[in-house]
Amino acid sequence: MKLTLKVWRQNNKNDEGRFVDYAAKDVSPDMSFLEMLDVVNIDLVKKGETPIVFDHDCREGICGSCGMMINGRAHGPGRGIATCQLHMRSFNDGDEITIEPWRAKAFPVLKDLMVDRTSFERIMRAGGYTSAKTGGIPDGNTILIPKPVADEAFDAAACIGCGACVAACPNSSAMLFVGAKVSQLALLPQGQAERETRVTRMVAQMDEEKFGSCSNTYACEAECPKGISVTHIARLNREFVSAQF
Amino acid sequence: MNPFFRFINSSVGKKVLMSLTGIFLAIFLIEHLAGNLLLLKNDNGEAFNGFAKFMGGNPVVRILEVGLLSLVLLHIFNGTRLWLGNRSARDKGYGAYRLDENTTLQSRMMKISAALVFVFLTVHMKKFWVPARFQGEHDIASLVYYTFQQPFYVIFYLAAFFILGYHLRHGFQSAFQTMGFRTKRYQSLIEFVAVLFWLVLPLGFAVIPLYIYFFGGSPVAVVQ
Amino acid sequence: MTMNSNIPEGPIEKKWSNHKFNMKLVNPANRRKYKIIVVGTGLAGSSVAATLGELGYNVHAFCYHESPRRAHSIAAQGGINAPKNYSNDGDSVYRLFYDTIKGGDYRARESNVFRLAEVSGSIIDQCVAQGVPFARDYAGYLDNRSFGGAQVARTFYARGQTGQQLLLGAYAALNRQIDVGTVKFYDRREMLDVVIIDGKARGIVARNLISGKIESYAADAVVLATGGYGNVFFLSTNAKASNATAVWRAHKKGALFGNPCFTQIHPTCIPVSGEHQSKLTLMSESLRNDGRVWVPKKKGDTRSAKDIPENERDYYLERLYPSFGNLVPRDVASRRAKEMCDNGYGVGASKMAVYLDFADAIKRLGSDEVFQKYGNLLDMYKQITGEDPYKVPMRIYPAVHYTMGGLWVDYNLMSTIPGLFVLGEANFSDHGANRLGASALMQGLADGYFIAPYTISNYLASNKFAAVKEDNKEFTEAENGVTATINKLLSIDGTKTVDEFHREFGKAMWDYVGMARNKAGLQKALKILPEIREKFWKEVKITGNAHDINTELEKAQRVADFMELGELMAIDALHREESCGGHFREEYQTEEGEAKRNDKKFAYVAAWEYTGKPGKPKMNKEDLDFEEVHPSQRSYK
Repeated sequence: MKLTLKVWRQNNKNDEGRFVDYAAKDVSPDMSFLEMLDVVNIDLVKKGETPIVFDHDCREGICGSCGMMINGRAHGPGRGIATCQLHMRSFNDGDEITIEPWRAKAFPVLKDLMVDRTSFERIMRAGGYTSAKTGGIPDGNTILIPKPVADEAFDAAACIGCGACVAACPNSSAMLFVGAKVSQLALLPQGQAERETRVTRMVAQMDEEKFGSCSNTYACEAECPKGISVTHIARLNREFVSAQF
Repeated sequence: MNPFFRFINSSVGKKVLMSLTGIFLAIFLIEHLAGNLLLLKNDNGEAFNGFAKFMGGNPVVRILEVGLLSLVLLHIFNGTRLWLGNRSARDKGYGAYRLDENTTLQSRMMKISAALVFVFLTVHMKKFWVPARFQGEHDIASLVYYTFQQPFYVIFYLAAFFILGYHLRHGFQSAFQTMGFRTKRYQSLIEFVAVLFWLVLPLGFAVIPLYIYFFGGSPVAVVQ
Repeated sequence: MTMNSNIPEGPIEKKWSNHKFNMKLVNPANRRKYKIIVVGTGLAGSSVAATLGELGYNVHAFCYHESPRRAHSIAAQGGINAPKNYSNDGDSVYRLFYDTIKGGDYRARESNVFRLAEVSGSIIDQCVAQGVPFARDYAGYLDNRSFGGAQVARTFYARGQTGQQLLLGAYAALNRQIDVGTVKFYDRREMLDVVIIDGKARGIVARNLISGKIESYAADAVVLATGGYGNVFFLSTNAKASNATAVWRAHKKGALFGNPCFTQIHPTCIPVSGEHQSKLTLMSESLRNDGRVWVPKKKGDTRSAKDIPENERDYYLERLYPSFGNLVPRDVASRRAKEMCDNGYGVGASKMAVYLDFADAIKRLGSDEVFQKYGNLLDMYKQITGEDPYKVPMRIYPAVHYTMGGLWVDYNLMSTIPGLFVLGEANFSDHGANRLGASALMQGLADGYFIAPYTISNYLASNKFAAVKEDNKEFTEAENGVTATINKLLSIDGTKTVDEFHREFGKAMWDYVGMARNKAGLQKALKILPEIREKFWKEVKITGNAHDINTELEKAQRVADFMELGELMAIDALHREESCGGHFREEYQTEEGEAKRNDKKFAYVAAWEYTGKPGKPKMNKEDLDFEEVHPSQRSYK
């Protein structure tokens, strides 16, 4: 296949940035989207240009590194996948593909398609944990957790922190990301002791990072590679309200 | 900062405020519709005017009315605040953005439907509420009958009810999500009740102009 | 070089508790005066940084991602072992110890393995307390499954994402310490050298991957938890950025490298689809529980699978191993698949794959039950290949997956450089020549939560530390060295990209130092590999500069180190004239084609010393004594 790529190129945080067109030739339908970019990059380097920079690592949809807006969709067309799991057979010969970084004030562009997601880190540090000390812990089976509860907590815990929820949201809201962690720990007995301070602090940090508010469009759930449900946002809201009063 | 203000200024708190004001306003619509339906009674507007007189005269209702107006203003003010905040959360937009592939039209249209409802409210209050409260008009029923003889107003009101319904279609269930009640267990219940608000209520309102236009109410009554 | 494994005295089950008692302690009030650097924040790194921070040390953690959650520990699917005996099927610490020694084909240190088995139960408790959502049964108790052919159900799991959940647990523990200020976290920094002052590891030099700045950090001890080196093969199941640079540069500074040739090949990976392939994806080996492996009986058969009648199919694992059938261990299954393809029976466009067929399972169980058990794996296969495994058999091929070798460490997990501790996959210690399923997560967390925090304290309490600052001449020298390498790489301006070199090198590694090795091939490798390396240093092309985000430069440094390490792997593989675990030398096999160990000659750890030039290492031996478990031949007939 032959494709035309419109790729966002930006040298650094302060650069204006612009779309640049590239031709991708000899694209095989079996390639992953990132492998297609690898091939384009090899050409660029050979021509003496700097390659397109993008975050990626495990390339099997679990590390959450990769993420780009492809034709206006977070992680491209398809549901329940990260960019690395998108394959070129989802496109047709001759297609034009627009590739952009995640856009949010809280995710400043570092270079090309690579954004700074440390805002997520700061949210997690503001209470996204249980204060369990190493050692001196009673046997795992002393806490009984019914299977449905464990399963629901797992559904929330499956978040890979890629930021697609923020990227897809018209308000650049991080509620699904924060909701997933708050919900996981609110569901489990281990999270009870710090339940109120956790949600209060995490929401405060989220606001400080300048993520937008949730307007319940549910675009986040639609684009989440792990299909995390917006019911976890509802639980976050409930937890937050009850923690305040 | 005072804990209440800290709450109300947090991203979640702002949304909760939006939900609470929205739900109160939606509930007010039930009362409003109940009153309006008196217009369908073929009694030259007596029942409706009596109702309007009670609403205008009772001190408790008057206080509630001030509260209601404040809720409207708060809903608008808070909505604007959210809109501006959300807009600034994405300082640079996308070259291509296919939000439409992931979301419903009503959820994307909230700001526009809100603006249109606001325009409608201004016209509506100018038309009926201002004369009743500030210009000493007692025969509101006749005013209504007269207004809905005019095709322009009939169409204008029908459009307004459609948009209001559209606003509520997202807004009502969304409010419960924001307040944290939209769990798997209650989801279908919320969606069922929501139908009352986004479909039944607007239809109920729409019946009145249509009825008056096609079957007449009391055409003799003329204002001024 | 003196190597002392520092194994404590006493019976095996008392060694660790005796040692814990005998180790020196640091007074709680003094701990914050000690600065510890942790490089790498995967399972082992996050857990050790969190625990040291909690103890009160002044911890500085370094990570080349923006978040510890990106580490490749996250991709582990199957589970984590612990001998809790919740299943009441006769498990015990001793049994896990025994299985691990035997599974490692008698090339691991008994005392380390016993300690690993001993502390592994606490890992589960720790993770539960952190809120890791392990699978539970309907009564609310932790669920276990049997994994990788183990005869007891001792594997704890969180769906197929156990690694993710455990890493997120350790990440949360680390976040807590960052939050309270005991750990300072440095994101997007890649360690490029370890700094040794007065014979002790006293700091690191790292590159800031955003600004390109070369930065020095001094400390009293340095911990490397930087993972394995499977990417030496270019194609592996490792993440793209996983690399050996930290351990290799430590090796060049004096840390011995233990058993570099011990690599594990996983049998059920999705085969290469073309030249563009950037990495391989593993599918859980549980697929072999119900899937049947076969190839056509006719060489070079080009018919599609459905056109090959039953009697023209060779279910070779069932034929060769009537009692274990498709469930033979990883190394055996992998090797047989390679053999079939090498002999011309391979399937698919590349002919480098064998079929894994679920048709019988679907007939027997129905597609609903197959979906229940394997749905996510079959979906993943479909996502990647575009083929529907419910209709056509899957194609699988083995891929490099884990490296048992790594920096040599003593019982305290300290390398031959005093003050340089090595944890997790980066060290060589616990898995011998072959790692059992669900043991990698166990080892990473055991090292991080329950072993290194004690032994590091002991090291700090037993030594005196002269004040060291980042402007000491040793730091400046290291910085200059790092800068020189970077400038050298950038100045070459050749014609081939880093990836092209890496691919070429990896292919040579796979062909000659891969799944099955022989003398001639290894000798050939020792000729080819240095040639590729030389060409690399003459012809590589890297664009951009050093003062910016430069992913090509990052890769180039990693590949340069892989090219030296790869040669060491070949040297080690050539010298080890026996077959054991993941190391299969074709000359040394039983009549049935199984690995044949030579315990008389090779029951030792080969710990290689860098002598100033790649390709000229000096071997040091650590003899392995098997007092508890007596070596025997594995058989799966």
